[in-house]
Amino acid sequence: MSIEIIKSKCVGCGLCIPVCVYDAIKLIDKIAVIDLDKCTLCGACVEACNFDAIILTKEEKKDKDISDYSGILVVGEFRHGEVHHVTYELVSKARKLAGKLDDVNVSCLIMGTDMPEDSLEKIITAGADKVIKIDNPELKFFNDEVFSKLVTEVLINEKPEIVLTGATSEGRALIPLVAVSLRTGLTADCTGLDIDPEKKLLLQTRPAFGGNIMATIICPNHRPQIATVRPKVMKIILDSNRKGEIIEKKDIKVSRKLTEILETVKDESTHVNVADADIVVSGGRGVGGPKNFELIEKLADLLKAAVGASRAAVDSDWITYSHQVGQTGKTVAPKLYIACGISGAVQHQVGMRSSDFIIAINKDSSAPIFDIADIGIVGDLFEVIPELIKLIEKN
Amino acid sequence: MKIIVLIKQVPDTTNVSINPDTNTLMREGVESIINPFDMYAIEEALRLKERLNGEPETVVLSMGPPQVETALREALSMGIDKAVLLTDRKFAGSDTLATSYTLAAAIKKLDDYSLVLCGKQAIDGDTAQVGPGVATWLDLPIATYIRKIEEIDKEKILVERLMDMGYDRISLKLPALLTVVKELNEPRLPSLRGKLKAKKAEIINWGFEDLGIEEDMIGLDGSPTYVVKIFSPPPKQGGEKFHGNPEDSAKKIFEYLTSTKII
Ligand SMILES: Cc1cc2nc3c(=O)[nH]c(=O)nc-3n(C[C@H](O)[C@H](O)[C@H](O)COP(=O)(O)OP(=O)(O)OC[C@H]3O[C@@H](n4cnc5c(N)ncnc54)[C@H](O)[C@@H]3O)c2cc1C
Ligand SMILES: Nc1ncnc2c1ncn2[C@@H]1O[C@H](COP(=O)(O)O)[C@@H](O)[C@H]1O
Repeated sequence: MSIEIIKSKCVGCGLCIPVCVYDAIKLIDKIAVIDLDKCTLCGACVEACNFDAIILTKEEKKDKDISDYSGILVVGEFRHGEVHHVTYELVSKARKLAGKLDDVNVSCLIMGTDMPEDSLEKIITAGADKVIKIDNPELKFFNDEVFSKLVTEVLINEKPEIVLTGATSEGRALIPLVAVSLRTGLTADCTGLDIDPEKKLLLQTRPAFGGNIMATIICPNHRPQIATVRPKVMKIILDSNRKGEIIEKKDIKVSRKLTEILETVKDESTHVNVADADIVVSGGRGVGGPKNFELIEKLADLLKAAVGASRAAVDSDWITYSHQVGQTGKTVAPKLYIACGISGAVQHQVGMRSSDFIIAINKDSSAPIFDIADIGIVGDLFEVIPELIKLIEKN
Repeated sequence: MKIIVLIKQVPDTTNVSINPDTNTLMREGVESIINPFDMYAIEEALRLKERLNGEPETVVLSMGPPQVETALREALSMGIDKAVLLTDRKFAGSDTLATSYTLAAAIKKLDDYSLVLCGKQAIDGDTAQVGPGVATWLDLPIATYIRKIEEIDKEKILVERLMDMGYDRISLKLPALLTVVKELNEPRLPSLRGKLKAKKAEIINWGFEDLGIEEDMIGLDGSPTYVVKIFSPPPKQGGEKFHGNPEDSAKKIFEYLTSTKII
């Protein structure tokens, strides 16, 4: 393992310097020099060099036999009485990826209590050849310890080459436990998946550095290759002619329990799940108070949207932290994001800039939110939103 | 009894940006900070110590290049008792599997711990994997996204965990590992006395040799995943700006909503 600059190839152009987020490269006598104390071997400079002058080598260990792993397995999610839509999304995506891997099998593991048969059938319609169901009263609540042991066991038996799960609160808590138990790699929060046509590896693309850069990650020598994928990124494709089987795994042991879920409390407000919504209406300091958030909620209701907030609004206790969007809150990427009375500080932007379409309403025409808004309304939210509500209600 | 806080020094990503002319990353003036989520973990360790009449020793542990020392001193200045830095060229290039393996080895070496606290995720990679990874290596019960610690005694801890649709109340046997979110507390500022003490404090340095770990499980070689490509996301540009009266502005939004069939 090492990184090296080939002196004869380096022309001293300096292109590698600004790409290093760790500030580890300097030009000395017109040649790039890497400060190994700062370098994390991320490889950004290798990519940036137009002269192939930077070489990052990694010992390729081929001691593990990975040839008997095959197929794609989606770890599904069943909560509050239904299969999470990300499960269908990933099964459909897995179907597509399977096509690029000599049509390997797609299976889906789903765990819960009293799971309705028709929603399991729908997993087949969405692209699975096999649904592995574990239906047990012990699985009513999500318990990391219990669930991760079950998933690990199934993966050891099934030996899929690829495992996908939703980048939800549960998925992102559960799957790292599994990945470490299996001593394999994991790429979190992917927004793009593909298959390398030659090496047949999973290409996992995800945002890094607050969405300022995108990185494609591979896991060449370990199996399974595991990724969590953001909800609402992949499309559900249903094919009612598709056939598949549902297999029930019965005699499960829920062994040692060091964690006990005492209670799961559902948030009273219906607007809470910002990370999962198609539309988010967000309010910031400009909303001015907790009472005024009713206006934001009313608009959200009409659009069937979730309610988001800036940190300023959360810190003022106008709305709870679950609604906060941004660097220290949630990352959202809805089809439409409406920012009301939010200035658009970078910490807020990193949580919502990958939304498909952004509308901003702000009094101050120089607010930074307008730099990324597709439609920028310079105006008072207390005048514009009531007008908008009137228009929607009229139609 | 120890409370160990895992902290990571990260570039302040909000200042990382793309140069629109060259389409390359700019990191001019990018400072290194303690990962914001880890600040809540530090604060909670201090509060737990107060709650338990000063009994537990609080320790911060970080793996990274030598410059991470500044992050550790900052934690000491807030009131943390002890700081450990894992630094070695051999650790460079670690992905989350190798990182969690190395950190777990150091935690074992520290011994006699009842609680390990991590941030929910680090803002450079946003992976949220290291905490669960460490828990798996150490075989500890874990709960992520903790927003409140209700009770703690010698045997167990009772916490509230933020979930997508609400929250869970969970009881864990100690020792346990928690990852924490912002709602938990408000981190204190270092006192002047704290700063002076931190300046002089000794930082424990451990390298590969000190941890008794396997070389092929650490650093780049011990990492199953690696980055093959880095590129800029499609640049986001502001669109039209409207200065009209409220009626026209509302109409503008309304037109968008109907044209996209949202309503
Ligand atoms: C480590 C760290 C992490 C952070 N994490 C986050 C995070 O996760 N999320 C987050 O949001 N922030 C975060 N912040 C805070 C961020 O820097 C900003 O302070 C915050 O986003 C500002 O919120 P705001 O836009 O609501 O308030 P302000 O910046 O005060 O903006 C209010 C806006 O409302 C407009 N306005 C006022 N009245 C009206 C009206 N009647 N009609 C229309 N417009 C009006 C004003 O013109 C102004 O632009 C973080 C900061 C730090 C240091
Ligand atoms: N190199 C590191 N040294 C110490 N703690 C770390 C390190 N990397 C990650 N952590 C801890 O793990 C949490 C999650 O990080 P990550 O998995 O990188 O998103 C952080 O908030 C830290 O508490």
